[in-house]
Parts: sequence; C-alpha cells; structure tokens
Amino acid sequence: MNEKILEIENLTVSFDGFKALNNLNFSMDAGELRVVIGPNGAGKTTFLDVITGKVKPTEGRVLFKGRNLRSYAEHAIAQMGIGRKFQTPRVYLNLTPRENLELSCNRNKRVFPTLFRKTPSAERRTVSGLLETIGLTHKADMKAGLLSHGEKQWLEIGMLVAQSPDLLLVDEPVAGLTDEETFRTGELLLSLAESHSIIVIEHDMEFVHQIARKVTVLHEGTVLCEGTMDEVQHDPRVIEVYLGREVDAEHPVTPLEDALLEPTGTLEVN
Amino acid sequence: MTAEATLERQGIDLAKRRSLLIEAGIVAAIALFFIFIVPLLLSGFRLSLMGRFLSLAIVALGIDLIWGYTGLLSLGHGVLFALGGYAIAMHLKLQIPPTASSQLPEFMTLYGVTELPWFWQPFYSFPFSALAVMLIPALLAALLGYLVFRNRIRGVYFSILTQAMTIIFFNFFNGQQKLINGTNGLTDFQTFFGVQVSAPSTQFVFYVVTVLLVVVAYAFCRWLTSGRFGRLLVAIRDDESRVRFSGYDPTGFKVLVFAVSGALAGIAGAMFTLQTGIISPKAMDIAFSIEMVIWVAVGGRASLVGAIIGALLVNFAKSLLSEQFPEVWLFLQGGLFLLVVMVLPSGLVGWLRTRGLELFRQITGKRKLSTYPALEEDPEVEHERKNLGD
Repeated sequence: MNEKILEIENLTVSFDGFKALNNLNFSMDAGELRVVIGPNGAGKTTFLDVITGKVKPTEGRVLFKGRNLRSYAEHAIAQMGIGRKFQTPRVYLNLTPRENLELSCNRNKRVFPTLFRKTPSAERRTVSGLLETIGLTHKADMKAGLLSHGEKQWLEIGMLVAQSPDLLLVDEPVAGLTDEETFRTGELLLSLAESHSIIVIEHDMEFVHQIARKVTVLHEGTVLCEGTMDEVQHDPRVIEVYLGREVDAEHPVTPLEDALLEPTGTLEVN
Repeated sequence: MTAEATLERQGIDLAKRRSLLIEAGIVAAIALFFIFIVPLLLSGFRLSLMGRFLSLAIVALGIDLIWGYTGLLSLGHGVLFALGGYAIAMHLKLQIPPTASSQLPEFMTLYGVTELPWFWQPFYSFPFSALAVMLIPALLAALLGYLVFRNRIRGVYFSILTQAMTIIFFNFFNGQQKLINGTNGLTDFQTFFGVQVSAPSTQFVFYVVTVLLVVVAYAFCRWLTSGRFGRLLVAIRDDESRVRFSGYDPTGFKVLVFAVSGALAGIAGAMFTLQTGIISPKAMDIAFSIEMVIWVAVGGRASLVGAIIGALLVNFAKSLLSEQFPEVWLFLQGGLFLLVVMVLPSGLVGWLRTRGLELFRQITGKRKLSTYPALEEDPEVEHERKNLGD
C-alpha cells in the first residue's frame, strides 16, 4: 500500500515570465491526508491547477499513479480519479443537490450513455447515502442556489466523493464557515481519509491542527519544508515567512489575494 | 432506511409518471384543438399564417435547446433553416411533368444550363430530400460546432462566428444564379406527390403535418432536456469548467445539441418553404436569425413551451401590426426586445411561473407568505414554528 499516488518532479509553471511554481518537488503516498499551507501567492491554487490539468507545466512533470498527466485534458484526468473542490463552492445552482450528485456519480460520462442509460439503482442509493452524509437529505430536491454557503461547501465535497476518485484535492474547504461547521468539515475529511488520498489547502490554522498529519509548506512556488504540524511550526524558516506573521492565527488571512491570482477567463482558447 | 428510501423513490417515480401522463394529455388536446378547431375559427389567410408560424416555432425550439438550455447564443440559425428549405425546394423543383419541353428547373434553362448539376441529382428521391432536410443542417452545425467547441470558444465569440457563417452562406447563395437561382431563390413550385402545392387542400395537409411536427419536436426536446442529459446541459451553461473537473468532456454534448438544433431548424425551414412557396437567401439574412432569438427571449429561455408561445406571439403581433402600421414594426420589435430583457429577463413563461403565479394567488385571495424558500422548508425552522408559535 506504500506506492506513491502522486509524484511531482521539478515542476515549474510560469505565466508570462512570472514563476507561479518554481522547481517544485512533491510526493505523496496512497491513502495519505496531506495539508498544504503557505502565505498568499505561494502558488497553492496553481499547484492544484497543474494537477487537475487546468494549467500545463512549463517544465517538469506530474505523475499520478505513475502516469504522466501532461497529455490529458481536465475531464480525462478527472476520470482517472482526481477530484477537485474549488475555493469558492462551485455547484450547479440551477440543479437540486440530488441532481448535482447524480451528475458527478454517473459512471459513464460519454455523450450517448449519459443520454440513453437509465440511472442504475446502485447510483441512486449512493446518492441517497451521500445526501445523508452531507446532511442535505431534507433539502435534496430544492435548487442548490437556495442553500447556505456552508451547505454548498458540503454539497461540493459530496460531489467530489460521488465521483469516487482516488485523490481528492480540497481547496479551502472551511473558508467562510462557522466554527461548528468547520469542525464538522474536519470530521468529514478525516472520515473520508480512511478510504481516499486527500490534499487539503487551508489557511485556517485551527482547522489545520484538527486534521493535519503531515504538512507541506509552500513559499514562492517551491516547497519550503515538510513534516508534522509540530515540526513545521518550529521550523525557523516557516516562522519567518508565514507563521511569524500568522502564528496565533486568530484571524486567518483572507483568501482574496489568492482568488485574484487564480487565472479565470470567459474566453479559454488553447 | 433503505426500504423506506426505495418506497419513497417509488412514490416519486409514480408521481412523475402521472404528471408526465397529464402533460401528454394536455399536449394531445392542444394538438387536436389546432387540427380540428383552429381551422374553423380562422380565415384561410390567417390559418396559413398560423401554419407558417408553427413551423417557426420548431426552429424556436431548436434555439431554446442551444441557447436557453446550453447557453450558446447562435445567431446563425437562419442558415440552417434556409438549408432545410432549399433541400425540400430542390425536390419540388424537380417535379417536372414528363411532357415538358425541358427536363430542367425553368431558371436553369434561363441561365443556359443544359445539364442538371450533380448535386441536384439525388433530390429526385423524396426519402433522400426528407433526410437532407434534417441531415444537411445538422451536419453543418456539427462541423462548425466541433471546430468551435473543441477549441473552447465560447460566449460572444461563438455568436460572432455563427454570424460570420450567415454572411458567408448568404453571399454564396446570392451569387449562384446557375446552381440555385441566386437572389430570387427557389419558388413557383408545381406539384408534390402529384398534387398541386398551392391547392388549399394540400396546404391544409401541410398545416396538419406542421402541427404534428411541432408535437414531435416538443416531445423530443422534452425528452432531451428532462433526464440526466438535460441537467448536464444546464450544468454546462452555468459552469462549464466545473463540468470538466467532474469528468465530462463538454465538447461532445455541445456538438450534439447544436446538431439537433440544426436539424430542427432544417425541418422548420422545409415546412415554412412548403407553406410560403418560396425559399431565397433572404432567410439567411442576419436580421431573421436575430428575430428567432427574440422569439425565444420573449417566450422564455429554458422553457420549451415558452419558445413555442414566443414564436407564435411575436409573429402574430408582427403580421397584425405591420398590416396596420407597416413602418413602425421594426421599432416595436426592438422595443419589445428591450422590454423583455429589462423587465422580464426570463420571458413570459418564466414570469408566469414565478411572479405571475404570485399575482394570481393574491388576486384570488390564496395569498402565501413569500419568504426565502430555504426557511419555508427548513425542518429546524418548522420545528421552532410549531413550538414557539408564529
């Protein structure tokens, strides 16, 4: 069981000369729960973008279960077993939670099977089970646009699980949640970690304490250090670049800067 | 729990089936009304207009699929519509009595063509022509769609490309006097299956066929949009890149929908041509393609009934108003579009479904407190309400 699920070698991504990721090396065992932290602009979101195929590496390579991801499009990578949750919850607002989950759960995602195949009862049962897990059973058939922020976060985590991926990438799952919701999200992630490999990106240090086993610190596009929460917290370099400003973490950094850095555009021409 | 869930599921399925049956009943009733009652109510002239507008409703359904559901604003459906019209018109132009002096469509002799161009040959066959009515526009749409969607061109850029297609085809068809009679288009149809095309009885048959085709097209679109496929279209419209990360490749879905939409436009064009007796490059005018979008916007995007109602309503308004005040129609049409965009962004049907319903309840006294729906359905709130009083 000790094979590597994800290996990243000498990864560099540059946008017009700006190196969002710089010679980054990273690897992760199957079944691991890893938390990635780092100050704003450290390249955390770009890191996820590269793994999911949204951004192609300028140099270096990303291996998922030993396969180089470079030549695969986003949907192919998703089908290989990588699921991603976005920073701001991205669920389909005009569909109900049940429909959201059913779309993700669909086993055969090509055009004609989606059109002609009836939803098997096994998938329906999975969806009902998931709705219960994320606590949305009683809201399963109203539009997702009417859910609260926390419920949307949970719905999106549910969509990830419905995809039954091997590797979950979770970008700031507790941004904008109450303390109690944050705690419950932590519990949920911990229970998911029993059967999945998970990478969590997070700012909220209390939350990181709750779930972290092994922490990777990113800074200026490279891995600054790696280790348990304790080791990381006492590493002088980390204190200098990140925890020094932020060590009590009463007020987590707003993800605004990160959001600004995330490349989004209405016209995507490859 | 699981037994309970299956029971509940079965209940939902049953309720769904029942509402589907009711809907089918309503649609059948409306179709029968159009076939048997409407001809008694309308004069011959108005009835023939109704037939034409019903065929326009078919293309409106196609636009609704691609725009209302999938979020791709096509401004080139006029071309797909015209191609369907040309396909059936070519078949009609080849219905030449064996006794005629020339076995070519009359405009060809006029321009000195002595032999039927090769691409006219298969149109002798009705089955081929009928297939061509759907397949030629569908294939063109699929080809354009594939090239555009594969390169992830979206939004306004897609609309501009479809407009460019309109101009290219408009100019090409305008310029080909010898092949397809250029600007004049194909007209002056004689017989179809041995009967006079322009005879009232034939025209009535066309009307009935159009009504039936609207029903078939509606049922087909309803099927497409109601299942998982339809929900995926909505998902693509709302957040395409999320769809990719869920493991779907949107390209194939969009190409298929665009092709289906093209086929519907082709059918509409053919029925329209049969009832107006002419198809010319004018149908590829950009203004006409934009008009189609207006019908759907007025009726209600992402509502199939809305598309049909919009097409009928706007066209009847157009014909009535332009009879009375021919010069103001265009202003009115522009004003109508502005009004819909600003006041009724989800169209007439969208408005009826939400505010209209509320208004109706208010008027009839069945007033319901309008609150945030999450509150209405939240079990915790429900519990508090019961225990603490309102």
